Amino acid sequence: MNLTLKIWRQKDASSKGQMVDYKVTEISEHMSFLEMMDVLNEQLVNSGEEPVAFDHDCREGICGMCSMYINGEAHGPDRGITTCQLHMRMFKDGDTITIEPFRAAAFPVVKDLVVDRSAFDRIQHAGGYISVNTSGNTQDANSIPIAKEAADTAMDAATCIGCGACVATCKNSSAMLFVGAKVSQYALLPQGQVEAADRVQNMVAQMDLEGFGNCTNTGACEVECPKGISLDNIARMNRELMKASI
Amino acid sequence: MALDSKVPQGPLKDKWTDYKNKINLVNPANKRHIDIIVVGTGLAGGSASATLAELGYNVKAFAYQDSPRRAHSIAAQGGINAAKNYQGDGDSTYRLFYDTVKGGDYRSREANVYRLAEVSANIIDQCVAQGVPFARDYGGLLDNRSFGGVLVSRTFYAKGQTGQQLLLGAYSAMNRQIARGKIEMFNRHEMLDVVVVDGKARGIIARNLVTGEIERHSAHAVVIASGGYGNVYFLSTNAMGSNVTAGWKIHKKGAYFANPCYTQIHPTCIPRSGDYQSKLTLMSESLRNDGRIWVPKNLDDVKLIREGKKRPTDLSEDERDYYLERRYPAFGNLVPRDVASRAAKERCDAGYGVNATGEAVYLDFAAAIVRYGTEQAKVKNIKNASDAKIKELGKAIVKAKYGNLFQMYEKIVDENPYETPMMIYPAVHYTMGGVWVDYNLMTTIPGCYAIGEANFSDHGANRLGASALMQGLADGYFVLPYTIGDYLADDIRTGKIPTDTPEFDEAEKSVKENINFFINNKGTKSVDSYHKKLGKIMWDKCGMSRNAEGLKEAIEEISELRKDFWKNVNVPGEANEFNEQLAKAGRVADFLELGELFAKDALVREESAGGHFREEHQTPEGEAKRLKEFQFVSAWEYKGEPKDAVLHKEALEYENIEVKERSYK
Ligand SMILES: Cc1cc2nc3c(=O)[nH]c(=O)nc-3n(C[C@H](O)[C@H](O)[C@H](O)COP(=O)(O)OP(=O)(O)OC[C@H]3O[C@@H](n4cnc5c(N)ncnc54)[C@H](O)[C@@H]3O)c2cc1C
Ligand code: SF4
Ligand code: FES
Repeated sequence: MNLTLKIWRQKDASSKGQMVDYKVTEISEHMSFLEMMDVLNEQLVNSGEEPVAFDHDCREGICGMCSMYINGEAHGPDRGITTCQLHMRMFKDGDTITIEPFRAAAFPVVKDLVVDRSAFDRIQHAGGYISVNTSGNTQDANSIPIAKEAADTAMDAATCIGCGACVATCKNSSAMLFVGAKVSQYALLPQGQVEAADRVQNMVAQMDLEGFGNCTNTGACEVECPKGISLDNIARMNRELMKASI
Repeated sequence: MALDSKVPQGPLKDKWTDYKNKINLVNPANKRHIDIIVVGTGLAGGSASATLAELGYNVKAFAYQDSPRRAHSIAAQGGINAAKNYQGDGDSTYRLFYDTVKGGDYRSREANVYRLAEVSANIIDQCVAQGVPFARDYGGLLDNRSFGGVLVSRTFYAKGQTGQQLLLGAYSAMNRQIARGKIEMFNRHEMLDVVVVDGKARGIIARNLVTGEIERHSAHAVVIASGGYGNVYFLSTNAMGSNVTAGWKIHKKGAYFANPCYTQIHPTCIPRSGDYQSKLTLMSESLRNDGRIWVPKNLDDVKLIREGKKRPTDLSEDERDYYLERRYPAFGNLVPRDVASRAAKERCDAGYGVNATGEAVYLDFAAAIVRYGTEQAKVKNIKNASDAKIKELGKAIVKAKYGNLFQMYEKIVDENPYETPMMIYPAVHYTMGGVWVDYNLMTTIPGCYAIGEANFSDHGANRLGASALMQGLADGYFVLPYTIGDYLADDIRTGKIPTDTPEFDEAEKSVKENINFFINNKGTKSVDSYHKKLGKIMWDKCGMSRNAEGLKEAIEEISELRKDFWKNVNVPGEANEFNEQLAKAGRVADFLELGELFAKDALVREESAGGHFREEHQTPEGEAKRLKEFQFVSAWEYKGEPKDAVLHKEALEYENIEVKERSYK
């Protein structure tokens, strides 16, 4: 395949950015999207230009590092996948593809397609944990049975990879799906109950402080979330927040 | 320097307890005056940082990713071992110890492995207390699965995302300490050198990967938890950024590097498809609980399949060769990884590979789907269920167990593994070799520790599945926090380590010179082009089987390639900006040295053991042949060029286990 790429180039956080056109040729449909980007970058390096900066690491959809906004969709076309799992078979010869960073006030651009998602970490610092020390003397793991259903639902919420696609997709740049997933994981487990009220309040307060927008229930986040995190988690978080305030 | 493993005296089962009773402790008020640097926030570094901070030390943690949660431990799929014996199938600390030593082909240190088995049960308790959502059965208790090389079910799991859940557990423990100000987290920072003052590790030089700034950080001890070096092969199941730099820099400052040639080539990965490929994807070993591995019996069928004229599902049972079940009836599809990988290579070398490249075998779930479906029909009391119904019920169970892996496969290969067998082939996955450490996990540089995959310690010549997560968390949560205290007890009056000293000046200067060299070299070839060439030499000559001639060639070729690299490498951009090519250049430079030492180590080890298979040393049936005179750890001392490295041997004694022929038949 031969393709035209329109890519956001921005030297650093304080510079202005712009879209720049590139051509790549002989792209195999079996390549992953990032392998196609590798081809472009190798081409740029060999012609003395600066390669396009983008975040990536595991390249198997689990680290949450990759974060491209492709043809107007977070992680591109196809569902239930991250950018690194997107394959070129989703495109056809002659296509023009626009590639931008995840955009949100709380995710400033670092360079080109790389953004700063440390706001997510700070929300977790505010309460994304259970206060238990590593003494080696915690009680036996099987001493509290947990219903399979609760454990499985907690697991589903816990699979969030912290990529930020939900924020990039949301017209309000809301982080409710991400925060809801973490709050839910603990809310569903007996271990999480003790600190439940403080946790939800502190995490939501930090979320607001970071400049994420409000949730207006459009549900776009759920559609683009690579891990299928469900809107139920937002509802559960809202209930937790209600409970905490009474 | 003579190697001293510092293994405590006394009976095996009392060593760790006695040791803990006798070591020096640091009182809580003094811990506040002690700083510790932890390089890496995977399971090992994350768990260590959190625990050390809980104890009261001031921790500075470093990671090259943008968040500790993204360390490559996140990608571990299948599970974590622990000798809980919840299944009542005869498991015990001794049995986990025994399986690990045998699985490692009798090339690991008894006392370390026993300690690992001993603390394994605590790990599960700790993780559950943190809210890690392990899989449970209908009674609400924890579920287990089986992994290769053992006859019990001791593997705990969280779907196919066990590493993710364990890492998020450690990350949450870190977050609590970051919030308290006890951990200072440096994301997007890369350690580029260690600073040694009066013979002790006292700090590091790090590069801020966003601004390019070179920073000095001091501490009373430095912990390296930087993961494995599988990317020396270019293609592996590791993350793109996984590297050996932290381990290699301390090696150059005096830490011995042990058994570099022990590499695990994992049997079940998605086969490569083209030259553009940037990484390989693992399909968890847990799949071998239910998947059966086979190739066609007849070469005619192989040909037709490759031409697309026949499908695997067209072959009847007796046209298939379930070669693992045939060769190893006792363990069948659950033989250890080294054995399974070599068996796949043997079949493919003989011409039975089932894809266009001739490097693929089948992993088939059809039998499991029917087995589960039949069971479900009974459970649900469905009389005379049709074949279609049984398959539907069976698929649902398989989906619940391995859904995310099947989805991953389908996205990459574009085939539906519920309907047609998966194609798999071995790929580089894990490195048992690493920085040499004593029983305290201290390297040969005083005050410098290595934990997790970065050290060499517990897996000998082959690691059993689900044991790396166990080791990483054991080191970080339960071992290092004790052993480091014993060392730091001498430092309570030292005070803050200054960074304006000649040692820091010197280290910073050499880091900067290196960076300036890359930026100003303006060569003709990209960093990746060198990495790919190195990877090809490693795979062809230091891969699943090795011989003296090939290894000698590899040493020559890598040394030539390294010279070329330092002449012609092209690194675009500037030093003081976000520059991934520059970061990569430094990593590849270190791989180019490690690769040569690796080949040299493999050449010296004239035996076959675990993942290290020397063609000259095999039994008539093609199994690895170990030799008594090689019952030692190879620890290499840096002396300049890899060819000048000096070998030190740590003899391995087995007092609690009989060294036997390792058989899975
Ligand atoms: C795909 C896959 C699946 C696996 N599945 C299993 C499994 O099911 N069960 C099992 O037991 N094991 C499994 N393993 C092995 C296991 O996951 C790893 O051995 C283990 O997680 C390594 O943990 P670690 O903490 O040592 O290193 P890592 O998790 O790799 O962490 C390394 C850390 O070091 C940092 N770092 C590296 N270099 C530098 C530097 N120079 N400066 C600063 N920071 C640096 C990184 O940022 C990162 O934080 C799997 C491995 C892979 C690749
Ligand atoms: S909720 Fe989904 S989209 Fe949002 S960060 Fe988590 S995985 Fe990404
Ligand atoms: S690179 Fe890890 S999720 Fe895409």
